[in-house]
Amino acid sequence: MYEGIVQELIDELGRLPGIGPKSAQRIAFHIVQTQNFDVQRLGKLLLEVREKVRFCADCGNVADQERCNICRDPRRNRSLICVVEEAKDVVAIERTREFRGLYHVLGGAISPIDGVGPEDLRIRELLQRLADGSVEEVIIATDPNLEGEATATYLSRLLRTMEMRVSRLASGLPVGGDLEYADEVTLGRAFEGRRLVEH
Amino acid sequence: MHVRRLNLVDFRNYENADLLLEDGVNVLVGSNGQGKTNLVEALGYLSTLGSHRVSSDVALVRRGATSAIVRALLGHGGRDILVELQINASAANKAQVGRSPAKVRDLPRYFSSVLFAPEDMALVRGDPSGRRRFADELLVLRAPRLAGVLADYDRALRQRNTLLKTARATGAKALSTLDLWDERLVEFGSQIVAARLGLVDDLRPHVAAAYRAIVDADHGPKLASQLSILSQHPDADEEGTERADVVLSLDEIRSRFAAALAAARPRELERALTLVGPHRDDIVFELNGLPARGYASHGESWSFALSLKLASAELLRAEASSGDPVLILDDVFAELDAPRRRRLAAAIQSYEQVLITSAVAEDVPEQLHGTMVRIQAGRILDSTGTDG
Repeated sequence: MYEGIVQELIDELGRLPGIGPKSAQRIAFHIVQTQNFDVQRLGKLLLEVREKVRFCADCGNVADQERCNICRDPRRNRSLICVVEEAKDVVAIERTREFRGLYHVLGGAISPIDGVGPEDLRIRELLQRLADGSVEEVIIATDPNLEGEATATYLSRLLRTMEMRVSRLASGLPVGGDLEYADEVTLGRAFEGRRLVEH
Repeated sequence: MHVRRLNLVDFRNYENADLLLEDGVNVLVGSNGQGKTNLVEALGYLSTLGSHRVSSDVALVRRGATSAIVRALLGHGGRDILVELQINASAANKAQVGRSPAKVRDLPRYFSSVLFAPEDMALVRGDPSGRRRFADELLVLRAPRLAGVLADYDRALRQRNTLLKTARATGAKALSTLDLWDERLVEFGSQIVAARLGLVDDLRPHVAAAYRAIVDADHGPKLASQLSILSQHPDADEEGTERADVVLSLDEIRSRFAAALAAARPRELERALTLVGPHRDDIVFELNGLPARGYASHGESWSFALSLKLASAELLRAEASSGDPVLILDDVFAELDAPRRRRLAAAIQSYEQVLITSAVAEDVPEQLHGTMVRIQAGRILDSTGTDG
């Protein structure tokens, strides 16, 4: 234990995701000791980010205006909506530059252990976006784990009652990898999701 | 398969220990409390990812240390593989294979072993949970893929039980997603039920042969699966479950499971607990037409437990492509009379590698006298080489 405020800082940093006690201690001492570390700037940014950053009124992605960059972009295809769990998933899909439609961020996945039910996710907002009939396909890109799959099943049932075209991202082999190193579950899924070769 | 070398750092009472092992029989001798079992416990952990003595990892880390390291050089055919496991007292464990990071749950692929220990008595006399664990460890050694299925089932079960509890506390609104978790439960659970049924089927002839080999009498040892998904009264803990001697197809299991969940739902809502599924199943052992649990004598129970372990070893041996599983016999001979000692010895001596711990060397039958290693107070004294 360190004296008063230093320990408080360590404890506070340790509450951040992905930072354990050792990292918290390292960051705290970096902040305390390093001369050219601009504490003013970091402090100002932290305050500003909470003030300025909002969530897009349409898709729930992080934004600095009422709507995010993607929703404001007139070149995006408005008939496609890709549903993801978190805003960071939007960044991951954007990196591919393959998808030119819009997104919808749910804000998590259905997980009773974490106290998250469908009503805690931005599903009502999604249904509102689909109400005018301009969207032709919803692509569900929740994580391929237990909770993500449960959420995908829930959504696809809900959307199918609205006669919406629904697709799910494929799971399978990583590109550039070797078949022999794939784990059985992934390889099994890849078999399940195999496609006929088109002639 | 062989363990060529075992290195432990801060594991149980070992600060740093290095054990060289030979092919064939290795006997680890030392008085009680010196650390023999700790050595074999470390090896067992590599193939089952758990200790046969404790359910928490904390006890495995030497007092005062934050993590323990188990490092084993394994001989697979002509190839040596270095497998390392770091057991952390307060964080996730880490693994390396051939000095590169690997997933901890992949370790059983590299090392398969069958551990015989006094604790095995609980297989026959103890709770169903011990028999389920025995079956599941074996399933993972046969098909490593099932480790993921078991973990997913466990997680789906916890999600569903939490949902049932929330529903009881806050009303029916939470139940809108119950069907989702039913589906997940049926999906993963049916695979487990099917795999366990297949395992019991495949074990039957091996158990009969193993029992005959150890006891030299035919007490008609039998195994039967008790499935909660076939039960009429799933909430009548353990009592009402039905036996399945027929092999059900995966599709049949799925539809029975779904139907059982639907039928049990009112009672599940009442008790806020998932009442059907592989987590409520059992395997019943019989001798002379009577359940071994409650009817068999101490000696019969112990022989049955040893037969189960020997049968698992035989099964793995028959199926393995990477050689025999390593047999580990922890303090097993002390509990057997001389004829049974000799017969057990005869049954195991052809395995590629056998590790035996004993407080006194004289308890180990003569035909198993191989390399002798003396253990004292967490230190491995020089091995005395072959003495027979």
